[in-house]
Amino acid sequence: MTKFTKIIEDLLPEINTIISKYRTKESSILGVLNFIQDKKGFISKEAEKEVSEILNVPPAKVHEVASFYTMFFLNPKGKYLIQVCRSISCSILNSESIIDYIQDKLKININQTTTDKKFTLIKVECLGSCGKAPAMRINDKYYENLTIEKVNEILSGLR
Amino acid sequence: MELILTKNIEIENYKNINAYLKYGGYSAVKKALGEYSSEKIVDEVKKSNLRGRGGAGFPTGMKWSFVPKNNEEKFLCVNADEGEPGSFKDRLIMEKNPHLLIEGIIISCYAIGINTAYVYIRGEYLESRDVFLKAVEEAKAKKLLGKNILGRNFSLDIIIVAGAGAYVCGEETGLIESIEGKKGWPRIKPPFPAIKGLFQKPTVVNNVETIANIPWIILNSGEKFANFGTSKNGGTKLYTVSGHVKNPGVFELPIGTSLREIIYTHCNGIRDDKKLKAVIPGGLSAPVLKADEIDVAMDFDSLAKIGSMLGSGGIIVMDEDTNIVEIMKTTAEFYAHESCGQCTPCREGTEWMRKIIDRIYNKSGKKDDLNLLLEITDNIIGRTICPLGDAASMPIKAFITKFRDEIEKETGVRS
Repeated sequence: MTKFTKIIEDLLPEINTIISKYRTKESSILGVLNFIQDKKGFISKEAEKEVSEILNVPPAKVHEVASFYTMFFLNPKGKYLIQVCRSISCSILNSESIIDYIQDKLKININQTTTDKKFTLIKVECLGSCGKAPAMRINDKYYENLTIEKVNEILSGLR
Repeated sequence: MELILTKNIEIENYKNINAYLKYGGYSAVKKALGEYSSEKIVDEVKKSNLRGRGGAGFPTGMKWSFVPKNNEEKFLCVNADEGEPGSFKDRLIMEKNPHLLIEGIIISCYAIGINTAYVYIRGEYLESRDVFLKAVEEAKAKKLLGKNILGRNFSLDIIIVAGAGAYVCGEETGLIESIEGKKGWPRIKPPFPAIKGLFQKPTVVNNVETIANIPWIILNSGEKFANFGTSKNGGTKLYTVSGHVKNPGVFELPIGTSLREIIYTHCNGIRDDKKLKAVIPGGLSAPVLKADEIDVAMDFDSLAKIGSMLGSGGIIVMDEDTNIVEIMKTTAEFYAHESCGQCTPCREGTEWMRKIIDRIYNKSGKKDDLNLLLEITDNIIGRTICPLGDAASMPIKAFITKFRDEIEKETGVRS
């Protein structure tokens, strides 16, 4: 039913199951991209093109969606994606010092990945942990009420 | 005081259906489907003075009655895209009391004549999604969802959709676009979602907290709900408090509780007993209040009267050491990042504001920069498709208006 694919060929059965749960093929785009990112780590140009073929929508449409939402990554990232909240409730409780500490410890800047491809560090907007600020997410897990000591412990545990 | 939304949530496993049923859960569904007509439910909700908890405060019963009363397919979209900085209430409901939300969805859909409800949960809230998904499966297994619920001629499916990181998708038409698999660009209204919404069908979009109030209204009457709050504001409200308070968190209180009481009684005052400098009362979009403005009832009308808003009820407290220019910088960065780019005034204006505030913050601001910022806000407000433009502008305007002397002294931008 679909054309020959390379990048996401191994995921096709599962992708087709996902698509079947949606009312229209088009409305499954976010779900399909989310699944591909889960499995492949990021959404490559090739993957975008293949999704467009599977869903029968223009490649530009897939790229439009993939590039609009901040949780989609169009480039490879490290094994652990560190997302430190920089919104108001965290920032007034010194999230900046947490970010500085992580940059120093991992010897990377914001939006960079360590050379061993283990960690990528980004700032994100509100995570909804304002009452337990400062907060961050590493991959899918939340860490709250952060202190430098706590961050040190968390990162050391991931090494 | 009787709690509506957070009652029983400390009970172990309350998120599981068996515990929920043990404490009387789903009795509102039984009552609504067994004894009430859909008109009677809408009527009770109207009497309750329940107003939209997502931020706009629109009367819920009235919103429901805009939907055409015919057999056309309709949808409910539950807005669980909680992205407003300072707000973390919907997360609590989904993670601690998911069956209350499901119960509210069932009754709301029965009242409006809806057979499919979408729950759009922001991508970051993976735990909320997992807990809620499990609760939906449990409800299905007990035949509280699916075909012919409680043997009645009423069927309902709940579909969970995950967002992927976009504040603008919390706007109702941005949310609808996102469920349709598009980038979250808000739609021009009219047509309103009640006439043409999701997949071009009549659609009601309600916030998680709004819907979670419905079961209590059915069990206890709209009148009793209205008695909780202030005039035209019924029920309790989940206030989420963050920042420089001793005891931050989520507090369920009668809507209209005074801001002073929330900060000094429920949150035990300011950390290290410092002085209060400023409070943002309703999430980042709400114009800031100075320390002498906190004797205000935290309801939609009282806050509007003093030039701010209740919004989502996210209260951000700042002590005397807070640098207002830094707060402005964080605020401007947020909106410049989250503007979806559709309307020129918002797309360009939020970025201009970010740049100007950045140079003020770095002590290289120009003499007229504060006036320039005010001019930009005036050129965004009311000139965009969705309220994000207003939300980006009003706080900046308030910071400058209320703290001008301090900003000028601090940064040397006196005009």
